[in-house]
Amino acid sequence: MPDTATGARIEVEGLTKLFPGAAAPAVDGIDLEIRPGEFMTLLGPSGSGKTTTLNMIAGFESISAGRIALDGGDIAQLPAYKRNLGMVFQNYALFPHMTAAENVAFPLKQRKVAKTEIARRVSEALELVHLGGHGERLPSQLSGGQQQRVALARAVVFEPRALLLDEPLGALDKKLRESLQLEISRLHRELGITFVFVTHDQDEALALSDRIAVFRDGRIEQAGTPADLYETPSSRFVATFLGDSNVFTGRVRDGLLDTGWCSLRAPGGPEGAVALVVRPEHLRLAVPGGPRAEGNVLSATVTDVVYQGAFRRVLVRFDGGGSGQVREAAGVSRSVSVGERVEVCWSEDAGVLVPDGAEPPANQPVGAR
Amino acid sequence: MVSVSPVDAAPAVPAAARRRPRGRPLLLLALPAVVVLAVFFVVPAARLAWLSVSEPALGFGNYTAMASDGVVVTVVLRTLGMAAVVTVLCVLCAYPYAYLMTMVGPRWRAVLTALVLLPFWTSLMARTFAWVVLLQDTGLVNGLLAAVGLGPTRLLGTTAGVSVAMAQVMLPFMVLPVYTAMRGIDRHLVDAAMGLGATPLAAFLRVYLPLSLRGVAAGATLVMVLSLGFYVTPSLVGSPQQSMLAQLISVQVNQLVNFGAAGALAVTLLVVTLVLVAGVQRLTRTGGAPVGLVGGAGS
Repeated sequence: MPDTATGARIEVEGLTKLFPGAAAPAVDGIDLEIRPGEFMTLLGPSGSGKTTTLNMIAGFESISAGRIALDGGDIAQLPAYKRNLGMVFQNYALFPHMTAAENVAFPLKQRKVAKTEIARRVSEALELVHLGGHGERLPSQLSGGQQQRVALARAVVFEPRALLLDEPLGALDKKLRESLQLEISRLHRELGITFVFVTHDQDEALALSDRIAVFRDGRIEQAGTPADLYETPSSRFVATFLGDSNVFTGRVRDGLLDTGWCSLRAPGGPEGAVALVVRPEHLRLAVPGGPRAEGNVLSATVTDVVYQGAFRRVLVRFDGGGSGQVREAAGVSRSVSVGERVEVCWSEDAGVLVPDGAEPPANQPVGAR
Repeated sequence: MVSVSPVDAAPAVPAAARRRPRGRPLLLLALPAVVVLAVFFVVPAARLAWLSVSEPALGFGNYTAMASDGVVVTVVLRTLGMAAVVTVLCVLCAYPYAYLMTMVGPRWRAVLTALVLLPFWTSLMARTFAWVVLLQDTGLVNGLLAAVGLGPTRLLGTTAGVSVAMAQVMLPFMVLPVYTAMRGIDRHLVDAAMGLGATPLAAFLRVYLPLSLRGVAAGATLVMVLSLGFYVTPSLVGSPQQSMLAQLISVQVNQLVNFGAAGALAVTLLVVTLVLVAGVQRLTRTGGAPVGLVGGAGS
């Protein structure tokens, strides 16, 4: 693969998909700009429109309204086979009657590349995914992980300027998924092309992406770097979808959040009906009656302790109502036991205030800045 | 209030927990079928083969006589040709039909399946006589042909008429295996091919067609084999001048009472059939998985 290859810029404007007979659009006027060479993840629960968006970019699904531009040129009316984008499917979609090498050669044959050139590039692509020497096997003779590597090789062998991946690791077990995550990350670095990656797995999204667009009900709820989304979510949905959170709902008045059963010091943020989001790792447990820390303190009872190797998850029930969880490094502090009385404390700037609405906020354009 | 991820799923129970009986106990399951086949097929077939080399005198006289008889050679070639034509007609009709069956919703699929199976539920004689009526000089088919300026033409008693009638009778044997093969093709594969730069035509030719070919091979084998030995439709729709191998055997047995010659013809038919089946199996063997007659014909 030449290292001079650069990624494509993909711009999506007002993209809409309305399936016939459906009450609500599957994709509802989204705007998104994917920069050249960027690893962009479309993250969301099933039915949120992320895969439909990817299929419209790939050309497998027609668009109802809007615009899709590849390096500035509108491709929305171009058939899939003329878009020159690499695509990896969740179920691999390898051609079962062709060997691994024939599968990888397929896009080159369609482009009428010379025979000797095909042989060279196929073996290079198979080397790239560490499958050199497996070229003569049929897909049915390869493991799930190997099949997905062949699919990756096939998707990049014709040097597309963007690679679209539709939940490529969804069908694999946890261990394999992690090793293929590293593989995909390495491919992205080595090829330097734009990756658009669809997943519903938040850990995968956080680990791989340059930026993440969180989908909900056909709209983009928030787009930003993994750190942006995790540390400063713009809505309760994003906060709870990405990682575990403690959420306190109520109204803010004079810097205090009144939840109805306790009063908490809140950081700056929206007024009115809000949710205070605090990550479990920002909470600490203290012995009741001990030295008081600055910030918020709530009395609680331990309801469960889940040992998870490197850390412990302590589930608590607050005296006023509601439950929460605290994440403690294992082996650092004394383990609490179920039924024990504790105090849960956190510094007031550890939390994030977001508007608390059942309705998603109006969609704002989320271009790259 | 707090989103808690579910605990990881428990490891799967090893699948090898079930014990499988091996060897003789399993073979016993095939016993009824083996007995029926032995009594009603192997024994008569062997007896016929024996008659062909022992009646009227020991030796290959029946075979040499057959090979030098111009009529027999003509009939064998006509039978082969007819079976080939019927098979091609069936493929041409069944392939798009089966494809349509995979594309429509469950309700329409039920209708289309019923239309295919309807002939199965109707008596073969009734259907054949229906064709006799349809193909008459003043029948419906000739009426339609005349309306478009092509007729009337002689259909009853000709190979053309017989091929059309036989193709209709054989159609279910082609549609069902082809449909089964097509239903097993992952739709994403065609998308994937187009995403990789294949035009819709190239995607069909390089991906969909090769994958559906197993069903075509299975259906073609069935139709070919059944057509080679078909008796009822050719003898009613066709004519003695255009007779096929099965009719010739019938004449030898019923009218000339020449069991030796009939045996030689029957053995010839059997050998031709086996050679054809073996040939198709060889042609369509991909990746070590042979195409079985039953493989596609099931369901």
